[in-house]
Amino acid sequence: MNTSVKLCGVEFKNPVTTASGTFGSGMEYGEFVDLNRLGAVTTKGVASVAWPGNPTVRVTEVYGGMLNAIGLQNPGIDVFCQRDIPFLKQYDTKIIVNVCGKTVEEYLKVVERLASEPVDMLEINVSCPNVKEGAIAFGQDAKALENITSEIKKIAKQPVIMKLSPNVTRIADMAKAAQAGGADAISLINTITGMKIDINRRKFVLANKTGGMSGPAIKPVAVRMVYEASHAVDIPVIGMGGIQNAEDAIEFMMAGATMVAVGAANFMNPMATIEVVEGIEKWMQKNNVSDINEIIGCVE
Amino acid sequence: MKKYETGVITSIKEISAGIIDMSVKASMTSLCLPGQFVMIYPNDKSTLLPRPISICEIDKAKEELRFVFRIVGKGTAEFSTMKAGDTVRLLGPAGNGFPFDRAEGKNAVLIGGGIGVPPILELSKQVKAKKVSTLLGYRNNDLFLKDDFDKYSDVYIATEDGSVGTKGNVLDCLKSQDIPCDVIMACGPMPMLRAIKAFAEERGIEAYISLEERMACGVGACLGCVCKTTNKDHHSHVNNARVCTEGPVFEAREVEI
Ligand SMILES: Cc1cc2nc3c(=O)[nH]c(=O)nc-3n(C[C@H](O)[C@H](O)[C@H](O)COP(=O)(O)OP(=O)(O)OC[C@H]3O[C@@H](n4cnc5c(N)ncnc54)[C@H](O)[C@@H]3O)c2cc1C
Ligand SMILES: Cc1cc2nc3c(=O)[nH]c(=O)nc-3n(C[C@H](O)[C@H](O)[C@H](O)COP(=O)(O)O)c2cc1C
Ligand code: FES
Repeated sequence: MNTSVKLCGVEFKNPVTTASGTFGSGMEYGEFVDLNRLGAVTTKGVASVAWPGNPTVRVTEVYGGMLNAIGLQNPGIDVFCQRDIPFLKQYDTKIIVNVCGKTVEEYLKVVERLASEPVDMLEINVSCPNVKEGAIAFGQDAKALENITSEIKKIAKQPVIMKLSPNVTRIADMAKAAQAGGADAISLINTITGMKIDINRRKFVLANKTGGMSGPAIKPVAVRMVYEASHAVDIPVIGMGGIQNAEDAIEFMMAGATMVAVGAANFMNPMATIEVVEGIEKWMQKNNVSDINEIIGCVE
Repeated sequence: MKKYETGVITSIKEISAGIIDMSVKASMTSLCLPGQFVMIYPNDKSTLLPRPISICEIDKAKEELRFVFRIVGKGTAEFSTMKAGDTVRLLGPAGNGFPFDRAEGKNAVLIGGGIGVPPILELSKQVKAKKVSTLLGYRNNDLFLKDDFDKYSDVYIATEDGSVGTKGNVLDCLKSQDIPCDVIMACGPMPMLRAIKAFAEERGIEAYISLEERMACGVGACLGCVCKTTNKDHHSHVNNARVCTEGPVFEAREVEI
């Protein structure tokens, strides 16, 4: 039985990674989860310098999911390279580093700094709905997306994944723009912008007013977008959005994803990643699927 | 070390209007300290995030944890309908707990306000100090858990409506009763904690306060639960410590609340 997948020349032992921002750099969940079992760990967004993030309340539950407005709190690339990369290198798993920035220059600084680091891929977050400048601005305008992608590609030493926002009218256009800019892969979806009001206090629940929605309730939107994006481009797709179990992961792969990421489900069940990995194996056995690659994009 | 496990409820009852007292058999018990908390997972699939609930008592012999919580919304309402014998998923122990060794040789004052009373119970059992005084603040004469405290220390009561003990808040009680105080450990509503922080700073005494914040993961991964700190935090180096990991107990001077 083969569960390994290849993405831009990098081989992953299985198609399961973590969704950026929901798993730290693996240290915290490493207490419960054997990181060696994961295809890759995708780390929390890291910028050129430390970012404090948004005021609290930053997270809140909504029906079937949650909203977050963390605002990309992170220690900056130097601490990340000193602490988080060596930690992850202890494990037999691939490392995908999620990169954020406010300007093209800030993204480039991080990408440049990572060029000499032992990481396998870069995931560029141009789709965070929770910071005022940069980020999502690049992910909601096809021209800007193509431009930042090509700037990054000029200096990146690792394959580049552009992480797309679902908060656009036509996801296929954004996928094409990333490909035109030279992206090696795309990942989607980031969170869907939402809002929650506390009717008793007559106030927004989140200090940031709006937040990004994730969790099982967004899955049908994510599956549809993965399908549309993967059919619009030739580069591989990493699918995510509401994945809770192996069945969800398989659905994304059938829609066209080569890999899948487990996000908010980690909060609901710290063993979620492992259960997805094991569940995929069981499903393959039961359905006589000898190679997981058979199912990628099998639903036309 | 933390564990993610399925615990078995050994007893559950309503000890006062809307306040549930629940004991759970769990192997993590031997690892638990006063002031730490446990993430308790609802079963309802629309209610996805675990709920942080403080450890009220630790019974290592029986391998049981006691939780006392107020029904406020969907999650706690679901827990309240559970029965002895039911199972519940738990992650813990989470957080740092009270630094109870900091009270050795000193006059310790333990303060619990409202639903902040439960974690003070185990603390009052384990704290070693020259003298321990416990101050409990309630709204009215519904003094849930009060009797459990009597065997461990001198207990003083403050009620907002003046029906029992000092009329007013716990600090009014502390001042009016002339209680010896070198170090404070407290849990309760934010206005109370702010007042304790100001009081401790004015008198130059140590105070350890247990904070609340909205949480998603409970393990330090999501950065949802931060609190502003005066010094650089050890995770992100941005003066934002994680309440679930570096907290929930902080030295009052170290946090901006
Ligand atoms: C470290 C810590 C220890 C706690 N210990 C206790 C305890 O011992 N006894 C007790 O009664 N309560 C305690 N609380 C508060 C308790 O977590 C909330 O009352 C509970 O999460 C409410 O859940 P719900 O589903 O009933 O309410 P809902 O309002 O439906 O909850 C919606 C969401 O908001 C979160 N939430 C709501 N209120 C709070 C709050 N005050 N603090 C943090 N998150 C909240 C919930 O976890 C959930 O994610 C503690 C909170 C923290 C942070
Ligand atoms: C608390 C939280 C923090 C996140 N932080 C990031 C981030 O730093 N960078 C990023 O690209 N996406 C971030 N995301 C988005 C997730 O990686 C993922 O795209 C999204 O949550 C959808 O997947 P899910 O429904 O499985 O959570 C974050 C999501 C959550 C819930
Ligand atoms: S709740 Fe996730 S970091 Fe504290």
